Amino acid sequence: MSERWLVAMSGGVDSSVAAALLARAGHEIVGVTMDLGEGSARDFVPRSAKKCCGLPDAEDARDVARTLGIRHYTANYRDEFRAAVIEPFAAEYAAGRTPIPCIACNRVLKFDLLLRRAEALGARGVATGHYARIAPAPDGGLGLFRPRDREKDQTYFLFDLPRATLERVAFPLGDLEKREVRALARELGLVTAEKPESQGICFIPDGDVRAALARLRPDSSPAPGPITAADGSELGTHAGAVGYTPGQRRGLGLSGGPWYVREVRPDENRLIVARADALAARSVLLRDASWLDGAPPTGPVRVAVRHRHKSVLAEVRAEPACALEICFATPVWAPAPGQAAVVYDEADDRLLGGGWITGARA
Amino acid sequence: MADVYLDYNASAPVRPEAQRAIAEALLHAHGNPSSTHAFGAAARAALARARKQVADGLGAAPDCVVFTSGATEANNTVLRQVTRGAPLPDVHLVTCATEHPAVLEEARALASEGCQVTILPVERDGRLDLERFAAALTPRTRLASVMWANNETGVIQPIAELARRAAAQGVPFHTDAVQALGKLPLALATLPVDYASFSAHKLGGPKGVGALYVRAGAELAPLLRGGSQERGRRPGTENVPGIAGFGAACAVARAELEESQSRHAGLRAQLWAGIHNALPDAVRNGAPEHTLAHTLNVSFPGASGEALVEALDLEGIAVATGAACHAGSTEPSHVLSAMGLPAALGSCAIRFSLGPGIDAAAIARVVGVLPGVVARVRQARAA
Repeated sequence: MSERWLVAMSGGVDSSVAAALLARAGHEIVGVTMDLGEGSARDFVPRSAKKCCGLPDAEDARDVARTLGIRHYTANYRDEFRAAVIEPFAAEYAAGRTPIPCIACNRVLKFDLLLRRAEALGARGVATGHYARIAPAPDGGLGLFRPRDREKDQTYFLFDLPRATLERVAFPLGDLEKREVRALARELGLVTAEKPESQGICFIPDGDVRAALARLRPDSSPAPGPITAADGSELGTHAGAVGYTPGQRRGLGLSGGPWYVREVRPDENRLIVARADALAARSVLLRDASWLDGAPPTGPVRVAVRHRHKSVLAEVRAEPACALEICFATPVWAPAPGQAAVVYDEADDRLLGGGWITGARA
Repeated sequence: MADVYLDYNASAPVRPEAQRAIAEALLHAHGNPSSTHAFGAAARAALARARKQVADGLGAAPDCVVFTSGATEANNTVLRQVTRGAPLPDVHLVTCATEHPAVLEEARALASEGCQVTILPVERDGRLDLERFAAALTPRTRLASVMWANNETGVIQPIAELARRAAAQGVPFHTDAVQALGKLPLALATLPVDYASFSAHKLGGPKGVGALYVRAGAELAPLLRGGSQERGRRPGTENVPGIAGFGAACAVARAELEESQSRHAGLRAQLWAGIHNALPDAVRNGAPEHTLAHTLNVSFPGASGEALVEALDLEGIAVATGAACHAGSTEPSHVLSAMGLPAALGSCAIRFSLGPGIDAAAIARVVGVLPGVVARVRQARAA
């Protein structure tokens, strides 16, 4: 049956092909590119004949829509992106944590605001170019699964989608390899077929997080502070603690290394460093956990503590003070507060949920 | 179901008469109007005919018409010339907060280069206060620029009175009259207006051609250099087919003016009555008694204007929010916010602009579809 679907078209090859696949299946596709302001600045290039308005990705998406013969709109979500993604990102860093903004962008921008847009446009739901699969779960409801192309797996960024949302979401690339996606794009003559992968954080196109933080929070200008070992001995100085992340080795300028950041203390403007073996964690503590089945899993699970982390065997324990602890069967190196601990079933295929890391225990 | 095009203020379908004039010029007037030979003469004749047709539409002499690439060029030419021959800090310019970006952005550019620029606020009804306008003029004011009718709201400014106030203080007066041509009877020769900008494609001519009215005796420094066309006021080989289409569109719009004004007023009343009955909380923007007969700007509280435009498009109904950036994402309307509309009402506004292709059946279809679409967009936003 032909349905109307809204496809979030970023102007990359993946969402282009997602739109093409649904159109090929006979659905009526409305492509929408979100104007995210700074978040759309990734490929900003000086104005030229082809790239006209500071939104070159939107131009590529329009081009793809023309090729596919589907509608395309550009929707202004600049204020919402700033409030839901950029500002919390800066606040997390300022609190000494290592945020992962893509998760909030998915939950708030793509699978809440854009889902409402789909409803407003009379569409069945939102489809994206994420590499993830939606399929029946053991309990009969819908579940979220890792994609066929494990290299491109993006389920980590989708861990906190409410289960009801899955009813109105489609991931057409879940059963494809990336090379098949590119081949389809070439076959269809899409302008995005050879477009390079997007990397890193979209609103920090040059990758310089510390410079971006200085721009985002000019009030908290970085000042030099001490770098100390766990025993309190002072080893050197840094130019500003905010922006460092646990496990980081580069940019410390210490002799007698290798030293690694173990902890960021923004209130003291202090970095605590340690040797590699001191960063191994046997467990992490979580806040704001969410579970697709409504409750934390019991029994053995697999857990990833960062994107592309090879998951480890673990167990979820409910702490007395309502916090959750995830205990790893083998120690995990340098889990960072602010990142997500994402939990999969024992087969490492179905996503069960997860939470935000607040701390680690050795 | 037939699509309904209600975005005439953005661009109008090219009139059959204009299509024929363009084709005629392409086929039979391919010479360069500056050439001596018969082919040049044929092109010159096409230009002269079009100049007369446009001048008649403006209520002015043909010599006062300078053809340009459009109203943006015309606006820029007039504003830019205030910087000639005086130190920038001594140059003062007065304009209005609801102007089109082709005026406003150039005014801001001049300000950043050192000119003094006064951007006057408007009243709640979108109109300039005459006393406030007069009070802003100083002995150093080199130009006052106020649009005749607004593209987003259709609000008509009291151009005759404003021009008289400017003339009384010796200040040259310019008006961006893009939305007025073909919609209001114009008699520029009878007004102390020095410059006026026009665009062909808003009244059924082709895109890429416009005109600047320059009152006899008023100065005009060309923006471009490279030839003596248009009596030295706009160099570059004339866009003969485009200009011919512009002339033909002016002629037909002028012939139909009275009939179309009353027809549009009736259709707009039908549209507003239908909206008001189905959606009593809808708010009409701009003083109805001072608005172009074919333009209706309405806020639908609780609905996003951007989403409404998309949802109506999917129903085959073409309308607009106030201002779209080139990439297509909607900017907050500077016109509605200048009228004191709260941001929440400004962001839920859409513009309906009517034209020759619209009849009562088309309006009835819009009135039938709109309540359901508004309800759906509202519900989705509140969810």
